[in-house]
Amino acid sequence: MESFNNFVFPNELHITWTVMIVLYPYITGMVAGAFIVSSFYHVFNMEKLKTVARFALVSSLAFLLFATVPLLNHLGRPERAFYIMMTPNFSSAMSGFGFIYTFYMIIVVLEIWLSYRVEFIQKYNQSKGIAKLIYHLILLGNVTDNENTRRIDKKFVIILAGFGIPIACILHGYVGFLFGSIKANPWWSTPLMFIIFIFSAIVSGLAVLIFLYQFVHWLRKKMVDQDCLNLMAKWLWGFMIIAVTLELMELLSVSYENTERWAILKQLMEGKLKISYVYLQIGLFSIVPFLMLTYTSLYKFKNISIKNLIIWISSVMLLLQVLFMRWNVVIGGQLISKSLRGFTEYFPGLWDKEGIIVSFLIILVPFLLLYLFDKVFPFFKEKTS
Amino acid sequence: MEKIERRQFLKLGLYSTAGVLVGSFFAFAKTEKDIGVKSYEDLLKFDWGYIVDTTRCIGCGSCVRACKVENEVPDTFFRTWVERYEISDSKKVHVDSPNGAIESFKENNTKDSEIDKAYFVPKLCNHCYDSPCTQVCPVGASYTSPDHVVLIDKKHCVGCGYCVQACPYGCRYIDESKGVADKCTLCYHRIHKGEAPACVNACPRNARIYGNLKDPNSKINKILNQRRYGVLKPEL
Repeated sequence: MESFNNFVFPNELHITWTVMIVLYPYITGMVAGAFIVSSFYHVFNMEKLKTVARFALVSSLAFLLFATVPLLNHLGRPERAFYIMMTPNFSSAMSGFGFIYTFYMIIVVLEIWLSYRVEFIQKYNQSKGIAKLIYHLILLGNVTDNENTRRIDKKFVIILAGFGIPIACILHGYVGFLFGSIKANPWWSTPLMFIIFIFSAIVSGLAVLIFLYQFVHWLRKKMVDQDCLNLMAKWLWGFMIIAVTLELMELLSVSYENTERWAILKQLMEGKLKISYVYLQIGLFSIVPFLMLTYTSLYKFKNISIKNLIIWISSVMLLLQVLFMRWNVVIGGQLISKSLRGFTEYFPGLWDKEGIIVSFLIILVPFLLLYLFDKVFPFFKEKTS
Repeated sequence: MEKIERRQFLKLGLYSTAGVLVGSFFAFAKTEKDIGVKSYEDLLKFDWGYIVDTTRCIGCGSCVRACKVENEVPDTFFRTWVERYEISDSKKVHVDSPNGAIESFKENNTKDSEIDKAYFVPKLCNHCYDSPCTQVCPVGASYTSPDHVVLIDKKHCVGCGYCVQACPYGCRYIDESKGVADKCTLCYHRIHKGEAPACVNACPRNARIYGNLKDPNSKINKILNQRRYGVLKPEL
């Protein structure tokens, strides 16, 4: 085995994809995950999920509206962004972005519109003046509400949700494929990346729903629907096991085959990614939530509040786990020189255009948007605790 | 013959000298050759190839400087660079490329007594057939010309950086001042006028060779038929 000094190609001193490109898959992961949870209620009739079904849909929309922001911030020529839809080069995974995103947005907006039609009609009947006009416009002039219309609405929601599941999988899966198909990058290149990203997305979607659901109910001092929460927590447990196992199996396979790339990947994990990958992503934020959720899923609790608290902490940890996973994939892959002989460095600046403060804002704003959405599309019909 | 005045004679001499100088400038400066490309079909007669002879390179860095000037390559980025390999007794390999070797190389990193062998490897865009960079460009700004040179349409590039990630050789970069991708163009503007790319022109040792692979009599084909050669990262 030859030993080597730290050498990177001269063009590799600066990395190309910054923390903005870490945020994009993180946000679309939550979009896809939340939508899939909602669809399990609509398509597979899991009644226990009814409480969060609409909330999941609107969350999906709030994050979706912000998914393009990190990308536009990163593009060298954002004013040319529409070229992706005008002159797409279909051999590129990235060219699918414009169409998939638009198509998915249409499905989500339609589904939300159909789900909230009854409420909108009630509000239309109760309001006056400009508010009445706005509701009239939102309803596209159709204010009929009877058994027949409700039946048709429900039917269309089921169809949309049915189409939506594969589209949501593609919306996030293509990002995985985008990385996994780059043969030039030894950390990214694997056929499994598409699958790993999808399962990781479902984990982040479930985690953000649990996190927000419990947080909102705690704020408003309302009771949670325990059946719904238990089901989501069990699923979170199950999907996180699959997601982490897939990633570790992939790593095991690469290390076992011990091909040329393993030497530098091993150095990456023992060096630059030791803290963010080994200690944090796998160690703290995977193993600990796994143990906590095993406990909450398999054992009967006398004190429900403690159980719910453990579930909430697990969801926060898993949200961080998915964020670190995106960081480790996107940034980790670029830290390796393509010469396989060294590493470069990266940490975002605080005030940079693609820096820490901007990242913070980009993650925060969808949550604020959700808060505003609740005023227009109220999510929960809760019981007071 | 009438007697010419001295002043007139001097003026005549001055103007004719100037005329000869200017005229000779135009006559000898034109090194362009017509390579016979007038239509799309003519382009198909060319398949531009490039050889780097690592047994001849001395690491002077002239090629890096020439390319920087000819193509206005931005600071800290390189369309071509030279790497130095020092292999020592303990089978250690030390590779470096200080600022792309634009100011050549200074002292060795390994002690002279320990060096088994050392050599220089100039690198540049490989202009791959089936290149991964054109495959991943979402808007088709990266493309391969009919004469097999991989180029970038800078008016169309959105600066997403996907091609930079896809290149196995690290030869692409984003030109921050323009927000678009950039890389070696094989001096497309020069080869179509029969002039060698700037790096080939600048090399004092003929370590860089270019030519038309479709021309059986070209220098590049003669070398490929006579000597052993390899391709970087052939498994990709």
